Amino acid sequence: MTDDQIKTLFLRELHRIAPEVELSEIDPATDLREQIDLDSMDILNLAIAIHEATGVDIPEADYPQMTSLNGCVAYLHLRTS
Amino acid sequence: MADFLMPSLGADMDAGTVLQWLVKPGDAVKRGDIVAVIDTEKTTIEVEIFQTGIIQKIVVPEGEKVPVGTLLAVLSTEGEAAAAAPEAKRAAPAPLVLAPAPPTPPAAARVVAKTTPKPAAPHRVRISPLAMRVAMELKVDLAAIKGTGPEGAITKTDVERAAKAPPMPAPAATFEGRAPAAPPKPAVAPLDRPATMRKVIAAAMARSKREIPHYYLGTHIDMSKAMRWLQEENLKRPVTERLLYSVLLLKAVALAADEIPEIKGFWIDGAFRPSEAVHVGVAISLRQGGLIAPAIHDVDKKSLSEIMVSLRDLVKRVRAGVLRSSEIADATITVTSLGDQGVETVFGVIYPPQVALVGFGKIVERPWASGGMVGARPVMMASLSGDHRASDGHRGALFLTTVERLLQEPEKL
Repeated sequence: MTDDQIKTLFLRELHRIAPEVELSEIDPATDLREQIDLDSMDILNLAIAIHEATGVDIPEADYPQMTSLNGCVAYLHLRTS
Repeated sequence: MADFLMPSLGADMDAGTVLQWLVKPGDAVKRGDIVAVIDTEKTTIEVEIFQTGIIQKIVVPEGEKVPVGTLLAVLSTEGEAAAAAPEAKRAAPAPLVLAPAPPTPPAAARVVAKTTPKPAAPHRVRISPLAMRVAMELKVDLAAIKGTGPEGAITKTDVERAAKAPPMPAPAATFEGRAPAAPPKPAVAPLDRPATMRKVIAAAMARSKREIPHYYLGTHIDMSKAMRWLQEENLKRPVTERLLYSVLLLKAVALAADEIPEIKGFWIDGAFRPSEAVHVGVAISLRQGGLIAPAIHDVDKKSLSEIMVSLRDLVKRVRAGVLRSSEIADATITVTSLGDQGVETVFGVIYPPQVALVGFGKIVERPWASGGMVGARPVMMASLSGDHRASDGHRGALFLTTVERLLQEPEKL
């Protein structure tokens, strides 16, 4: 997957989980738990969505690496390359 | 004959708006069927019916706001002949049926059928309850919207797009069916749901604090066993079946409530009515502000995996803004868990007519002394807000220590 594809996927799922969030205002470097108040259920749903789209099973211990847009891109890049 | 009344869906509801009827006169319904979609100040609720029978008459049309207890519809119960047919026919308000668009539309969008003289060959508009609620808030005319959802159903996005669209050249009818006298504004300011929600929460909490003699207990719980067990369990599970630790908390509360019956049930008309069932209300916060505490039913009898499925489904529907009446009305005890972004301690306000509220703070690593040794452990503060009319501190303490004991043996939950 290219970085752009990962980004698109991430933002699409984020929109599904938190439809009230303005995606253009997301700071890609900041933890979304602080930025838009994502909770553990949201993070789990994000992990499930990414798994369903990419086949990558993200172990629970890796969740903290994918709670920002940049972090998720870097993590999935590592896992899919 | 049986009456179907505007239900009271919690202490903070005194009126509701009928958004949509899902049945019409002549339809057979059975207990548990969803028959109507009702909007309260807090959320949209799919209302289940408690009788089995045939709908004879719809009394309150769509779009109307009526107080709790108002007669909404009449049904004939089993054994009664469906003799009221002529009357049913006359009363049929052709709910949520929009008249077909006129062939040459000088007056553009049309109106809900109740205001048209003869509903000639009306067609039903497919719309989700959420989209319906948004349409009502934004005062968007449904007839002017082309649905893009399954089978042409109008989605929330369609409604929002229509609200943003520039005004139609011809005056568009509002949702209520009245053509506005002045040229329509492009988008009417939406109803301020967070503000109305704040108001209804305030009313329920003020009533709670006025009527319920609260007592408060708290204890620290060592969560190392529970968290270690959960971590190992989740390693075995694919991502789609993983558990959150809240599920352990909900199960522990439900089992402890089975042991201490004074903690679950309702205080109604000056008396405590204990409940056999443990329907655990889960306080779910909304990102826009406010919270709702719908129930997961029979938590004591569900496996952890089943509770997790229910919890995921509930959170999803709370955030989408559509719940079922039974979930809203029948929690027998409520749990509020602050999660990992929260603080360490919460003493909640009991949600009447319930008699207890259990609070869990965030899990933090703290020095913990045990067997003469001090070590770092994940520690969580558990609290109980109890109703002194139904229980006292001694029984309440027994409840909290039971929760603590159960969490030390997570594999048995």
